Amino acid sequence: MAQEVTTTRKRDVARTNGGEPSTAAPIYLPDTDIYETVDHIVLVADMPGVAPGDVDVTLERRVLTIRGKVPTEAHDGYKRLYAEYGEGDFERVFTLSEEVDRDHIEASHKNGVLTLKLPKAESAKTQRIEVKAA
Amino acid sequence: MLLGRTSGFDWDPFTEMQRMREDMNRLFADFPSSPATRIYPPVNLWLGENSIAVTAELPGLSAEEVDLTIREDTLTIRGERKPMEEAEQASWHRRERPLGAFSRTVSLPYRVDPDQVKARFQNGVLEIEMQRPEADQPRKIQISNQ
Repeated sequence: MAQEVTTTRKRDVARTNGGEPSTAAPIYLPDTDIYETVDHIVLVADMPGVAPGDVDVTLERRVLTIRGKVPTEAHDGYKRLYAEYGEGDFERVFTLSEEVDRDHIEASHKNGVLTLKLPKAESAKTQRIEVKAA
Repeated sequence: MLLGRTSGFDWDPFTEMQRMREDMNRLFADFPSSPATRIYPPVNLWLGENSIAVTAELPGLSAEEVDLTIREDTLTIRGERKPMEEAEQASWHRRERPLGAFSRTVSLPYRVDPDQVKARFQNGVLEIEMQRPEADQPRKIQISNQ
């Protein structure tokens, strides 16, 4: 239903657009859950450190791009002693295989988690066919 | 150690085997039962002048759902990432976000004052700032010229 465009399963993604990078910070792949209910496709992505206003979701034809900007926070007077995660922006691209009703997409962002509810277009919904007794 | 025991009269191979089994059980008890052995949550440790800051990525959790304890020079972060209710009957395409209870203990470079701890939770990133107690701070010692 939702295929990821990049095939690598690395958490660091190389820039795909080939353009000049505007920031020196690396870009990470957010951990993502995708599930499908009867009439929705739901995408949940972990983007810790991203404020609700810094999330950017675009759907162009069937290509869904999610981006999150992490503010480059200055840790005044602090030196990094030990690190298990890197700080950087998030970006991930998916290709949807089903038609989505693009006027009714719901997006919410809370506690660093982006939730996208993509309603399936009428034509793509599973239809129940009544069987009449002959 | 083993030699010392064998020389004694009370050495019993069965007690020894029992002891070894207990040691083994203790060794493996710490392993999580799930195959995902990702350390959770990932933390960064920052060092300031007489203070330490720990940041942890905990997306989806709110301040009430995280339990913090400080004891001498260890910090423990506990909580649980709960599954989404409606998603249980849905069909899954991708499941990468970690789930379940977690507990992480971080050893700090020195003892901290438990009364002077500031913790903030913003957009899924937990930040804990801890101070070194006044009495433990390094003091400059004057050397006399005699």
